[in-house]
Amino acid sequence: MIQNRESFLQSVAARLGRSTPSLTKPERNWKHLPQHEVLKDASMEELIEVLREQCLNIHTTLKKCTKQQLPEILNETIVDYGGGRVIYSNDPRFGVLNVLPVFEQFEHLKWQSGNGERNIDFAEQANVGVVISNVTLAESGTIMLQASPEVGRTISFLPENSIAVIPKSSIVPRMTQAAQFLREQSHVSSCINFITGPSNSADIEMNLVVGVHGPVRMTYILVEDY
Amino acid sequence: MAMKISQQKFNERLSSNLENDFMRGAVAGAQHRFQTRRSAAVDSLNWEEWRNHGEEIRQHVLENLDYYLYELSINVEARGGHVFFAQTAEEATEYISTIAKQKSAKKIVKAKSMVTEEINLNSHLEQLGCEVIETDLGEYILQLDDHDPPSHIVTPALHKNKDQIREVFEQKIGYTASSQPEELALHARKVLREHYLTADIGITGCNFAVAETGSVCLVTNEGNADLVTALPKTQISVMGMERLVPTFEEMEVLVGMLTRSAVGQKLTSYITVLTGIKEALEVDGPEEFHLVIVDNGRSSILGGEFQSILQCIRCAACINTCPVYRHVGGHTYGSIYSGPIGAVLSPLLGGYDDYKELPYASTLCGACTDVCPVKIPLHQLLHKHREVIVEREGRAPISESLLMQAFGMGTSSQSIYKLGTKVASTVMKPFTKNEKITNGPGPLKNWTAYRDFPSLQKERFRDWFEQHNKGGNPK
Repeated sequence: MIQNRESFLQSVAARLGRSTPSLTKPERNWKHLPQHEVLKDASMEELIEVLREQCLNIHTTLKKCTKQQLPEILNETIVDYGGGRVIYSNDPRFGVLNVLPVFEQFEHLKWQSGNGERNIDFAEQANVGVVISNVTLAESGTIMLQASPEVGRTISFLPENSIAVIPKSSIVPRMTQAAQFLREQSHVSSCINFITGPSNSADIEMNLVVGVHGPVRMTYILVEDY
Repeated sequence: MAMKISQQKFNERLSSNLENDFMRGAVAGAQHRFQTRRSAAVDSLNWEEWRNHGEEIRQHVLENLDYYLYELSINVEARGGHVFFAQTAEEATEYISTIAKQKSAKKIVKAKSMVTEEINLNSHLEQLGCEVIETDLGEYILQLDDHDPPSHIVTPALHKNKDQIREVFEQKIGYTASSQPEELALHARKVLREHYLTADIGITGCNFAVAETGSVCLVTNEGNADLVTALPKTQISVMGMERLVPTFEEMEVLVGMLTRSAVGQKLTSYITVLTGIKEALEVDGPEEFHLVIVDNGRSSILGGEFQSILQCIRCAACINTCPVYRHVGGHTYGSIYSGPIGAVLSPLLGGYDDYKELPYASTLCGACTDVCPVKIPLHQLLHKHREVIVEREGRAPISESLLMQAFGMGTSSQSIYKLGTKVASTVMKPFTKNEKITNGPGPLKNWTAYRDFPSLQKERFRDWFEQHNKGGNPK
């Protein structure tokens, strides 16, 4: 339902010197587009180097591995975080990457719509949440996730530790390319998360404190040949 | 808390804040750190080109605001959301209160939002019997401390030290550990986590709304906005009517400029783009979504000489560079909007009765204009306010009026001027010590409170000139 729109837009239009609100989509003829210049000519290896450097700034561990090494590296990371309950998205790429047996080593839950509220209850008690990045922004060290019935929003927020698997092919220079990617999609996800390291705050005497609401620690695992 | 955060007069606020040494040190330190980080974050880019683009996006949106609001409303509705256009603060709070009543809401969690402060939403909801919890750590601290006002847009609890925060936590939420920020934050995490899981409604602001998709974009470092929107069944987002972008492409440009300008980060930890209600079979996310679009005085700025202030993206770069803010702190402005942006915006939204001094709390140095990522000519707007206050409103500050009246009288007659300049030195003698006036009367009082004024010379310049220039031959 939309309420009070006509009178509201009428007063806006009047202030803009129009007798009635404009219903014609305006042209966007930008004179300046500096965002396309950033890392424009960078090779994939250079983008990975940018990502590596940025991870140092965002308190995030970056590990690189081959597809064959991934199960071992993922297992090692979960163990380093203390094991316990692990929740992960129902992403078919986990199967392709042969890591489902890794999750089975721990008390685990695959986020699935059929589980209903149990997904949230488990995530809230989980020690580790694992997701796969859809688009990865080298410049800022950011992963992008699109929520769906199989990819819950809170997998990356409720557990104390967060792991994101980053396919090499998902790496782009910056958010500009992610925005273009999103505009090309036929459907916009109900929630798109751009996540850059763990939750943090500097609200107490400007001291950086990690994990105020969301995860305390975060690791990116970059799979080089996927 | 409403937009107006103090009943004290400007000079009273000024005096008390100038005596608050911890706050002044914290503000100066924060300014230095924010400025350093911001410089590092923009240096690697062709920042002037970014500013040009930021400006053209914001101006384009304002010039086509009616269309983009229309497009936004259609797309929010298409994704199952409700849109309420609120002309006034009262309309907005009444609508949100009605939802709270319909839902029989007992607990509401909020992510930091300037516009909900502006419309005094919390107190309306509290009057209904709702428990309203601010989840941004800084806002949460202030709320626990009996609604202490914010002192900065990005770091609202900047003026409080960790021992004060520990005391508040001890008194209000059963805290027993040390004043270490990590321990304090850990306790807040536990308490707030419980609130997220049991809240009926989540309320957020809106950093940018995307017209093309009907999305709301939220920018945080803590991730609280994500939990506020993912766990309660009902989500309400409140936006100032100008906070729009056409598409994701402009959103990303402004988000990057916001985070760089605000905290010197390429992106903050969490940028979240929410579109409508949760979809079929999705587990987390709201079942009901309301977007409340607030005018509350903004349309009267549109189309006028102050329109460019609506370009603001609330990054606080102007605050972080302002020499006046550095010395007086955020509370002195008496508004939730402090610093140069506050000095321009508060009189426009709140009126000159409450905020006519703010345009004078400026050096007009232009530093704010130089750092503004969307090129708002802030110091020119402050100057414009002074023009309006003096010429159209006829209410220049009393000291300035008296001074000008006296100056007008003194210079309108040759004999009065002559007499005045002759006796000035004698009149000022009681106030003069060692060739300096350290505690001057009348208009000199404010000046000499902080600086000495040179004593007035017995010999007038005109007499000196006459003596030295007789016949072209100085004596």
